[in-house]
Amino acid sequence: MKLKCVLNAQAVEIDTAPDRRVVDLLREDLGLVGTKEGCGTGECGACTILVNGQPRLSCLMIAAQLEGQNVMTVEELADTEDGAAVQRAFVDNGAVQCGFCTPGMELTALALVREHTLPERTCIREGLSGNLCRCTGYSKIIDAVERATHALVKDEKP
Amino acid sequence: MSAVHTATSLNQALEMLAQYPEAQLMAGGTDLLVRRRSSMSGSDILFLGRVPELQDITEQSEFLAIGAAASLRCIIADPLVKQYAPLLVQALGTIGGPAIRNMATLGGNICTASPAGDSLPPLYLLDARIELVSRTGTRSVPIASFIHGPGQTARHNHELVSRILLPKVRPLAQEQFVKIGCRQALAIAVASFAGQAELDERGHLAHIRMAWGSVGPTVMRLPALENELTGASITPKHINYIRAALRTGLAPISDGRASATYRYQVAANVTARFVEGLRETSQS
Repeated sequence: MKLKCVLNAQAVEIDTAPDRRVVDLLREDLGLVGTKEGCGTGECGACTILVNGQPRLSCLMIAAQLEGQNVMTVEELADTEDGAAVQRAFVDNGAVQCGFCTPGMELTALALVREHTLPERTCIREGLSGNLCRCTGYSKIIDAVERATHALVKDEKP
Repeated sequence: MSAVHTATSLNQALEMLAQYPEAQLMAGGTDLLVRRRSSMSGSDILFLGRVPELQDITEQSEFLAIGAAASLRCIIADPLVKQYAPLLVQALGTIGGPAIRNMATLGGNICTASPAGDSLPPLYLLDARIELVSRTGTRSVPIASFIHGPGQTARHNHELVSRILLPKVRPLAQEQFVKIGCRQALAIAVASFAGQAELDERGHLAHIRMAWGSVGPTVMRLPALENELTGASITPKHINYIRAALRTGLAPISDGRASATYRYQVAANVTARFVEGLRETSQS
């Protein structure tokens, strides 16, 4: 099929099999290897992407589902102001250990900070509950998201 | 490679279903795509995620109608569902994690018909009806007759599950869904419990309804036990009686997630806790 969608702020047309797994399409066909595949069964969140701004699991999606949608992968994160703030906060807080969960964590965090201004830690924990960090660095990840939300609120003030 | 047929209206979906009878129906895909991959299935897919009629949540005179392909996230956020079916909202919040709830659908959870399906115990208590459409008409069946066993439903090949119909009744004073799993998110239930109850002014049980998941091939109900408890003033003796009734009434199996004994034990514990909670309410 000729798949038309917006991928990382670019209108694209991709020649692909309609049942191609989105994670394979991104990583193998398009070379966007920032998206990671962990479990392949929807239990770890490593492959999280944003579709129309909502976190979704690219290992449980097929290409046909992206038709006409707006897709964001970790590669676009630094190009957006709030995405860059999330990334900065992860770096500053030491929220990255092996880094495998980081792309999924950061995209989920971005959706979270866009939906909630200054969320409580419980809200952040719930928001990230579908993303596993096998280095178990959860505290610093939650710190980072908290820090990012504060940074974003400060930025909004003149 | 297999073909993916994307329907953009209910009529088109029914036409495609007639044209590609072997195609697998996909709404959110969170369960289907895992199964397809492990079975290396190459059948076509009929994708229902773009059918507007299957996404709507609407209020009718007698019932609330939830489109079968509405995402769990939309259902949880819907004020009507919160009003009429808070128990369902509670249960849906325990499914997967946020990303899964953005994708997964209520129709999918029902048609997967897993003994551990978290939406199912509340849907049994809410007397949900499953609406099926085909090119020749529409019918609806109570959820308990729709689900026959693990992965087995009353849906015929030429039918689609279109809506889940919830009678518009006011929630009872005490309603609770409890899921026991390995962790709070992304866990498959080892046992689950849904309970609804209300006490009268004397502190006696005016209504009690209970359903259990993951302790039998389908959701388990024990109507005789409910009848016996109705009208009773809860005492510790009743709690012991409930435990005994569950021991004979539930039908848990042992598998990779838990043993049958453990499943019975936790199902009995959460039930006892719910009923004891009612007793405390009546004494306060």
